[in-house]
Amino acid sequence: MSDNRLEVRKTYKLLVNGAFPRSESGRTYEVVDAEGKFIANVAQASRKDLREAVVAARAAQAKWWSQSAYNRGQVIYRLAEMAESRHNEIAEAVEICEGVKAKEARKSVSRGIDRMVWYAGWTDKIAQVFGGANPVAGPYFNFSLPVPSGVVAAIAHPTHSFEGLVDVTFGAIAAGNSVILLASTERPLPAALLGEMSAVSDFPGGVLNILTGRVEELAPVMASHEDIDGLDIGNVSSSEHVDLISSAAGSIKRVFEDSGIDEATAVRRMRTFIETSTVWHTKGQ
Amino acid sequence: MESLHSQLGGLQYDDAPESAAIAKIQSDYGLFINGKFTSPKDHKSFFTTNPATEEKLAKISQADAKDVDAAVLAAKRAYEKVWSKTSGPERAKYLYRIARLIQERSRELAVTETLDNGKPIRETRDIDIPLAAAHFFYYAGWADKLSYAGFGPDPQPLGVAGQIIPWNFPLLMAAWKLAPALAAGNTCVLKPAETTPLTALLLAEILQQAELPDGVVNIITGDGSTGAALVDHPDVNKIAFTGSTGVGRLIQQRIAGSGKHLTLELGGKGANIVFEDAPLDEMVEGIIDGIFFNQGHVCCAGSRLLVQESIADDVLRRLMRRVEQLRVGDPMDKNTDVGAINSAEQLARISELTATGEQEGATRLTSTCVLPSKGYWFAPTVFTNVSQSHRIAREEIFGPVLSMLTFRTPEEAVQKANNTNYGLACGVWSEKGSRTLWVAERLRAGVIWANTYNKFDPTSPFGGVRESGFGREGGRQGLEAYLNV
Repeated sequence: MSDNRLEVRKTYKLLVNGAFPRSESGRTYEVVDAEGKFIANVAQASRKDLREAVVAARAAQAKWWSQSAYNRGQVIYRLAEMAESRHNEIAEAVEICEGVKAKEARKSVSRGIDRMVWYAGWTDKIAQVFGGANPVAGPYFNFSLPVPSGVVAAIAHPTHSFEGLVDVTFGAIAAGNSVILLASTERPLPAALLGEMSAVSDFPGGVLNILTGRVEELAPVMASHEDIDGLDIGNVSSSEHVDLISSAAGSIKRVFEDSGIDEATAVRRMRTFIETSTVWHTKGQ
Repeated sequence: MESLHSQLGGLQYDDAPESAAIAKIQSDYGLFINGKFTSPKDHKSFFTTNPATEEKLAKISQADAKDVDAAVLAAKRAYEKVWSKTSGPERAKYLYRIARLIQERSRELAVTETLDNGKPIRETRDIDIPLAAAHFFYYAGWADKLSYAGFGPDPQPLGVAGQIIPWNFPLLMAAWKLAPALAAGNTCVLKPAETTPLTALLLAEILQQAELPDGVVNIITGDGSTGAALVDHPDVNKIAFTGSTGVGRLIQQRIAGSGKHLTLELGGKGANIVFEDAPLDEMVEGIIDGIFFNQGHVCCAGSRLLVQESIADDVLRRLMRRVEQLRVGDPMDKNTDVGAINSAEQLARISELTATGEQEGATRLTSTCVLPSKGYWFAPTVFTNVSQSHRIAREEIFGPVLSMLTFRTPEEAVQKANNTNYGLACGVWSEKGSRTLWVAERLRAGVIWANTYNKFDPTSPFGGVRESGFGREGGRQGLEAYLNV
């Protein structure tokens, strides 16, 4: 490639229902790299974009959950395959956004991809690990099945632009939820790449929706939206938690408040967006 | 067969009253703080009454913010100095003791519960009290096996649990709250409901007999302001609440950002789905149990009956014949099926919502049973011609009132059952196992009963999805609410 060739730039859009629309509001905002140099005008999602994402996520969740756990595991694994083949590209985006050294960026992406593989393996273990048969005193067969909460809205980590996405996205998705992910406002590029990769990984459209925009504008709408079941605000400044949780209480949302990316936190996050559904069935001749 | 049924239906029962004397209710009660009862003289008070007779039973202390503070501090001290240093096997043995003491005093507890709550003695004797003992017995065995519960090798307690319980299953709810909390190593401040404090106070005596260390469990009586003070207390690490969705929402808002752990077991509007191949006799009994058990004062009540259109007329006929046979009246009579409504306030709410049902155009069918002249009573009622938008199909009535709707296909049944913000419990009636499992998989509910309804067991997790709350009580899952995991 000749050095003086003019680069073909990418237009960064939203991911809603498997398509890549601009914001219905027509708004964009300027994203710069760690040195302040212009990268792109990124779509600035509106409340209405969020509401449309919720409708898509609700419909997709039923489809996602109706697939076999084996199948869901393969879809997430497929995404890890896609990410692996674009390792350099993601690492470059991380490097540009975060201003870290190339080696560090590559390590971070490797950890993120490995964590995706970890989640791929969870889909068909959750029922056995968190559910089971209950020995009730009576002529009943009784079993508890972990089921997804439904639609989960999550806010990405402001600085860990790729690695931080994986937990807030795939904990909920592995458990059978659909997700509306609000990318880091300042560092949205890796989230956009994740969206592109998910579009070629056999996810039903709407299982993962990615919005770019302002946290202060969209997080309160996520918290108050009545058709969102779970809210992950671990990556929002803790000073905002009181208002967001108060608002989320309007529809008794499950709220996750931690930002850790360690394995124990990952399991806790996953459990937050899992419900135990217990079925009693009579036994008899 | 038909004539035999009508003959049985016509049989008269003699009165079979349980003796109230076994209850030994005191004239007044203090608060149970740090292992001792405070003097009732030190508190403002209110009366708890028998809702079946409107007679005052005892004077109950109203805990104010200062009392709440004393109770929480006692719990905190007990946690730090004693309970967190008590080994799992020792905690287990205390819980086994409590289970045994409840069994020993079960008749006294059952009678006291029936007098205070208004529910039939048959239910307190056969369900509430035995299940309360079973809960302590079950969780006792977990206290020394927490590392096998699936929450990691060394799960830790949270500290002081503030627990607020409702009036519909007073002792049973106390057991659901206390047993897992204590097994997991927490200490507790329990607030019973204003209208049904007596069995919790009896339980305090039992804890003394069990020689549970002082302060490990504190029981404070009072109204909503007592509960609010407990929720607000900075030294409480965990709130467990069972009650209405409205109050649950306020609690979630109130503790937002405080770092307190929270589990909520809230309201419901359970659908009981009847397919045309349902086992008919069991199904009729199940519908009756689903809505008239405990006067319908049940958060998981099957208050919406969804019947497949092809059998709707037959089901309604069978159902109303059975409703007519329900014996409504003196809760202390061993033959009584439906007892008293717990309070005048609750009766007013049931009356208001059922009046709305008629105004909105539903057809009201009410049992012709004769209601006692004193006390709070509501005759078993079934509404037909109900549409999904009617208030009686959407709001929790928490009384003996059933709304009947129909459906044609399994898809429509699932859609109607899920058409609610609640998600606590549902019933499915069909002899076709594959269909039952297909429906169960699609229902958004924490508990699904297939060819049965309103069954409870300490090993079986109970709790809701969506606006019916979060967290589970019962089973291995019930420990999670009291562990830092």
